[in-house]
Amino acid sequence: MTNRVQKSSQKQQKVQDFEKIARSSKYLELTKAKKRFLVPSVIIFFSLYLLFPILTSYTTFLNTPAIGVISWTWLYALSLFIMTWVLVTIYMKRAAVFDKMAEEVLKENGVEGGQDL
Amino acid sequence: MNATVISLFLIIVGITLAITYFAAKRTNTASEFYTAGGGLTGWQNGLAIAGDYLSAASFLGIAGAIALFGFDGFFFSIGYLVAYLVVLFIVAEPLRNLGKYTLADMINARFQAKKVRGTAALSSITIVIFYMIAQLVGAGALIQLLFGIEYWMAVLLVGIMMTIYVIFGGMTATSWVQIIKAVLLMVGTVIISFLVFSRFDFNLFQMFSEMQSATPLGADYLNPGARYTVGLDTISLMIALVLGTAGLPHILMRFFTVRDAKTARSSVMWATWIVGIFYVLTIFLGFGAAAFVGREAIISENPAGNMAAPLLAQVLGGDLLFSFVAAVAFATILAVVAGLVLSGASAFAHDIYGQIIKKGKITEKEQMLAARYASLGVSIFSILLALFAQNLNVAFLVSLAFCVAASANLPVIIFTIYWKKFNTTGAMAGMLTGLISSLILVILSPNVFSPEGTAMITGDPIFPLTNPALVSVPLGFIGAVIGTLVSSKQEDTKKYAEVKVKADTGYRETL
Repeated sequence: MTNRVQKSSQKQQKVQDFEKIARSSKYLELTKAKKRFLVPSVIIFFSLYLLFPILTSYTTFLNTPAIGVISWTWLYALSLFIMTWVLVTIYMKRAAVFDKMAEEVLKENGVEGGQDL
Repeated sequence: MNATVISLFLIIVGITLAITYFAAKRTNTASEFYTAGGGLTGWQNGLAIAGDYLSAASFLGIAGAIALFGFDGFFFSIGYLVAYLVVLFIVAEPLRNLGKYTLADMINARFQAKKVRGTAALSSITIVIFYMIAQLVGAGALIQLLFGIEYWMAVLLVGIMMTIYVIFGGMTATSWVQIIKAVLLMVGTVIISFLVFSRFDFNLFQMFSEMQSATPLGADYLNPGARYTVGLDTISLMIALVLGTAGLPHILMRFFTVRDAKTARSSVMWATWIVGIFYVLTIFLGFGAAAFVGREAIISENPAGNMAAPLLAQVLGGDLLFSFVAAVAFATILAVVAGLVLSGASAFAHDIYGQIIKKGKITEKEQMLAARYASLGVSIFSILLALFAQNLNVAFLVSLAFCVAASANLPVIIFTIYWKKFNTTGAMAGMLTGLISSLILVILSPNVFSPEGTAMITGDPIFPLTNPALVSVPLGFIGAVIGTLVSSKQEDTKKYAEVKVKADTGYRETL
């Protein structure tokens, strides 16, 4: 394994020890919180999405009318749209929280979190 | 041909050229060339992503598919939209936090091997080429229809225009063209949808019940199964659509045109709303074309239904709306193609030339020049291919691009960010497995082999699905896993810690 030294600012005294950051308590909090949100969400939306073509390919009960002439198939399809918009909105809110937690991580490790290119 | 059409058309094209000119004056560094200097805001970039996404396949293709096949056409709309969740939840922010200009850069943040960079560039270029040929073929057909000129002239015309765009403007020009075009496209679509809905007295139930008898398919029009009769094929297609977006290089590149992950996230949100509304409106486009243009007319113009939307515009709004829609469709294709050329050119100039051949010892100016030459090369190559591709189905090419993206790029992106044990052998194995398996399976599929002789080769297809994603995507993942486990390379835990922390927190070294 080669020891790659990343380009660091003249002002920084040492190379960042990312393994140390990765072990810090705030970082572990962050990753745990992220996992608890992302994993179930992904499983849910993916399952709901994939269930749809499975149902339409191998069954026909979705074709029965739901509201007037509009069948359940169309309602399911449109609910996937709504699901997408809802999940995006939820994500945006949660991500703002994660942003704060990320800042805490960097602060805990005495790092200036530069965000610019 | 028609004076109104031609003049309106030229006006819109003229405006886009003007934007290119002004953008060119502001493009001086490689950073600006590739990524618009990283200065677009959330909603601007969101519009640009939406613009990039709503290409010929979406506007022309889906409208035609819904017009001809009813619900089966709508599957595309659903898949294309839900794909954004995959992008947002899994890929967008880590990518922005890690990458520089290209996908290969992002993977390179973890694996500094030249081979990995080269393979990533290769898969990106493959995807870009398929996508590009599809757009050019669509553009050729559109221009041929509008102006009555020969197909080859139409393709050449589009090819030259796009080359000008990219060479002089780079990403800034294409970003602004995408933004303006996205607005025009939405305006046009809303107008048409409104007119269609008014013909049904703004009554949703009335629209659906009339559609039950408006087409030769009768009541079956509203149910799935008119086009996709093989169950597994639909599922495979839906897999490709939902996973492919997160691996498309020209979409991913749009994350680098913003300042930070927060803006990247916000732009995906904007894009999802815009794109979602558009795809809901495709129902009106498709139904309207089926009811007011008629199956016969649509098919006689283009057997795949690609001209349904412009024809509908003509029926509803006469020459004015027709030429507006046609011009917007043209601008759509042009802008998308320019974006594709750019990502292909950057893969070439930045990854293959800049990093591999020149080993990173390359000045800004040299890189700019290489990028411009690469753009030229990519353009010429794709124009040539498109000239021979006139009879190829546009939808087939685009869904193939999605399939390759989902099979070759996505597994590697995911493992790079989330799997500690992942190594260079795994990355190479994953990309190559995904790429090769999807290509081979497509060659063996009904797209190429047809017992009735409607495809390239007459005969029975060896692989039964028209979209191989169901098989090639798992293969891509498996290839990456096996490659990792089999190789004797030590995992670089320090490097992974760095990648993970950066991806999660947005930490960047201050230069």
